[in-house]
Amino acid sequence: MPWVIAIMVALTVIAAAGGLAMHNLAMEAKNELSGGATVQIVEPSPTERNRQAEAAEILLAQHPAVASLRRVPDAELDRLLEPWLGAGTDGESIPVPALIDLRLRTEATEAELDSMRRLVSAEAPAARIDAQSSWLKPVFSAITSLQWLAIALVVLLGLTSAAAVWLASRSALGANRNTIEVVHLLGGTDSQIARIFQRSIALDATLGGTVGLLLGVGAVMMLGNQFSGLDSGMIAGGGLAGADWLVLAAIPLAGVVIAILTARLTVMTALRRML
Amino acid sequence: MKNVETEVVTFNNVGLRYGTDREVLSDVSFTLYPGSFYFLTGASGAGKTSLLKLLYLAQRPSRGMISMFGTDVITLPRARLPAFRRRLGVVFQDFRLVPHLSAFDNVALPLRVSGVREADLRKPVADMLEWVGLSHRADAQPATLSGGEQQRVAIARAVIARPDMLVADEPTGNVDPEMALKLLRLFEALNRLGTTVVVATHDVHLLRKVPESLIMRLDKGRLSDPTGALRYPPRREIMPRDDDGIEF
Repeated sequence: MPWVIAIMVALTVIAAAGGLAMHNLAMEAKNELSGGATVQIVEPSPTERNRQAEAAEILLAQHPAVASLRRVPDAELDRLLEPWLGAGTDGESIPVPALIDLRLRTEATEAELDSMRRLVSAEAPAARIDAQSSWLKPVFSAITSLQWLAIALVVLLGLTSAAAVWLASRSALGANRNTIEVVHLLGGTDSQIARIFQRSIALDATLGGTVGLLLGVGAVMMLGNQFSGLDSGMIAGGGLAGADWLVLAAIPLAGVVIAILTARLTVMTALRRML
Repeated sequence: MKNVETEVVTFNNVGLRYGTDREVLSDVSFTLYPGSFYFLTGASGAGKTSLLKLLYLAQRPSRGMISMFGTDVITLPRARLPAFRRRLGVVFQDFRLVPHLSAFDNVALPLRVSGVREADLRKPVADMLEWVGLSHRADAQPATLSGGEQQRVAIARAVIARPDMLVADEPTGNVDPEMALKLLRLFEALNRLGTTVVVATHDVHLLRKVPESLIMRLDKGRLSDPTGALRYPPRREIMPRDDDGIEF
């Protein structure tokens, strides 16, 4: 029994940690991107592209919603594209749009973006202005699905743990039927008899929960190290905060409570069939 | 008019059947009075154990009425039965000791169930074990005890809480005559303190050892009354003799 609970708790800790990391990742990305917008100047001629980019920079700096802006230097763009296009590309052979990174004072709403588009349309007709968050909508949607999957896994594992305790309690009831009958006939109440089982199951659940927590946290830390080694800005945002670790630490406690309640319910139901 | 408070148990037209089989007890009516000593006799299969099960509230009858300590226990809510069971002491025919508990813990069980503190139960349990001659086996588990020793532990457990009624099913079946007599004296001592004693037995000799006892005889699930045990007031003076013509 303790080993079953240990495995259940370890799996629950891993699933919950995954869900929490996804949540953190989504929140951090949303916070970072919600006030951001990107201007692309999609123009094949490098000279015209540069002219429109400079004009857009000047105009957008005057827009009341813009807190700050930064033209992404060509060298930085080249570095970003190097894995796909190789080193030493120039702006003529492969036209790469000029990029301006905007920080807005508030969330990038469609109305604000339209206002900016109107402002630059005359001087920079090749400018395309998009909210940064819109690019990541499918990613956020996938992250939300993964979060729900994690929640479903946690619930399923909780139910499986309860089922395991139910089976263990029924088995213990069968094995100790004679003892239960004797205590019952000596005047023992259902609660007294149930308490004996609760105590036994609580001990098993505490032992199993502790081992499971250690195994689960060990696995989560190992995975965390692996992901942090990827050196990806987005994944780095998916770490666990202090409160998240507290949530994980509460899982074995919840396991003990579920085990005790399940054992009590099982035993009390069985005892009610006796006179 | 009888005073219900002076009656320990009253059976009124009680019948018992298991499933759809024929009745194992039929039209059983009697009253047990405080401080009386009853022997329940009858051939194997006559219904003695079934009657005892009704007495120690392990079974509800199929029909009829049973009152105990002035309360109708047939309609009593299930949650109130433990309080009645704690007023009873039971010696089961198969002892029913808890296998993983020591002799001491088995004897202490009724006191623990009743909520007696550990400090308060050590001496009475030790005294009781000494009385049944098992002080030296206090820590022994039932599996390591002989049949006679197990029976004595079962009896000690039944009487440790000074029950209002003691129900014993063949309590001296596995002990030597000397120990049987000693245990019977324990029952008598308890009886003198006010406990109503009901002993089911096949042993004719045992009946003669308690001159004050009354005899209830079961025959094919029906009760007869060779010593007037079931009359009111009960007749105490008649004890069976070999020439009484009573068959046991």
